[in-house]
Amino acid sequence: MNAQTNVDTARNAGMKEKVSIRNLNFYYDQSKALKNINLPLYDRAVTAFIGPSGCGKSTLLRILNRIYELYPKQRAEGEVLMDGENILTSKESADSLRSKVGMVFQKPTPFPMSIYENIAFGIRLYEKLSKAEMDERVESALRRAALWDEVKDKLHTSGQGLSGGQQQRLCIARTVAVRPEVILFDEPCSALDPISTAKIEELIDELKVDYTIAIVTHNMQQAARCTNFAAFMYLGELIEFDTTEKLFTSPSMPKTQEYITGRFG
Amino acid sequence: MANTTSALPTRRRARSKLMMTLAVGSAGLGLLMLAIILGTLLFKGISGLNLAVFTEMTPPPGEEGGLLNAIFGSIVMTLIGIVIGTPISILAGTYLAEYGRYRRLAHIVRFINDILLSAPSIVVGLFVYEILVTTLGHFSGIAGAMALAILVIPIVVRTTEDMLRLVPDTLREAAASVGMPRWRMIVSIAYRAALTGITTGVLLAVARISGETAPLLFTALNNQFWSTNLNAPLASLPVVIFQFALSPYEDWQQLAWTGALLITLSVLTLSVFARMLTAKKAK
Repeated sequence: MNAQTNVDTARNAGMKEKVSIRNLNFYYDQSKALKNINLPLYDRAVTAFIGPSGCGKSTLLRILNRIYELYPKQRAEGEVLMDGENILTSKESADSLRSKVGMVFQKPTPFPMSIYENIAFGIRLYEKLSKAEMDERVESALRRAALWDEVKDKLHTSGQGLSGGQQQRLCIARTVAVRPEVILFDEPCSALDPISTAKIEELIDELKVDYTIAIVTHNMQQAARCTNFAAFMYLGELIEFDTTEKLFTSPSMPKTQEYITGRFG
Repeated sequence: MANTTSALPTRRRARSKLMMTLAVGSAGLGLLMLAIILGTLLFKGISGLNLAVFTEMTPPPGEEGGLLNAIFGSIVMTLIGIVIGTPISILAGTYLAEYGRYRRLAHIVRFINDILLSAPSIVVGLFVYEILVTTLGHFSGIAGAMALAILVIPIVVRTTEDMLRLVPDTLREAAASVGMPRWRMIVSIAYRAALTGITTGVLLAVARISGETAPLLFTALNNQFWSTNLNAPLASLPVVIFQFALSPYEDWQQLAWTGALLITLSVLTLSVFARMLTAKKAK
């Protein structure tokens, strides 16, 4: 059907499915929050999850790194294949999975330590580096997040002393530093001013060269600006998935049309 | 019409004044009591404050002496009590706030801890008396320290849990999202964020136990002489104050006042310090 043609479009473009979500259901205790989701995330592309509040887009994002497991009474059924392996049932620990699937949150969440340590800490969990190598990794992560020039003279001051936009870029640097394969953004700009937002969007655009990216956003312009694919969700169901261009210019489902033109939600 | 509208505010104003007078009066009365107590303590205590207090032992009636053995005993038992009580409490508080948050066991532990928090300290003294003093056959400094440790636990468990709960879940998620194992997150992120709060709790626990008398009466008892043997009865300021204040000898009573002043001053210093820590954190 519809979803099938999209997959074909992407396959024709020579894109590889990094993550394949198949027949995914999710429950908060007794209530079903996601209903039979089927969705691909293409390698080195940005996929937007859009839809009104409560439609399940953040829930979906939080399954991809199994962070929902931190809380009781939440469970996922179905398959989330990453490079062919189902992360929901694999023997790999959630910690190790999360080092490959990084996440940036709605509110900036720097750790209560210096800027340098904020980044070095995550690296140290999985790699043993010399001081020089570590310095180099920290610098390259900060450069990657377009933060280096602003913080290079105060690397050893607290990360919590930065502005909101800088903190969010610090969080992106921290995520990138661990060298993940997939990066999840959960409304990364909703707490930021327009200038910081523009910087983050620019960053996301640069990051997609190396990573598979999924982003939850309420901002339609943002989705249109910096994503390649878009999934529209409503009441726990995936209504439509397509290239961002197609979904925004000629959506095939009336519900999608209504949402993106602002008639509800 | 005009009459009622003007009459009402007058009555309301009168009632408001009455309430305010009562409230301010009560607050004033409370403060006055405190001022009288502190004033008397300062007035009576300071006249006995001299070098001998810190260099000589508690004397027999009618002789010159000081409080050195009691000060030493208090410091030692308080320290041991804190050193034993704090790690247990912090770990228990960590269980309540981090691992057991949604478990039944945590609810039970929290409930019992709250009971312990409000249990009269004399009960704790009797408990340790039964457990340690009767089995060992004699009063001892270590039994006193144990009783104080038991008093430390509910206070620090509560503060640790409260302070860890103030650490936002978003920070825990952020730590998990770079692949950090849970224990690592607790040690490196949550403890770090809650450090000042937990320290304040420990300081308040020190303040609380350094003034306890009842649990020590049944455990460490008292010792008139210089002793560093924890396996023997040990003097402490609160017990010496208790004994000397009730005695008919004037020089003992004077030492009791001085001892009371010393405890009050040290507890005051600790509380002020704890408040400064919290205030610094709030900035």
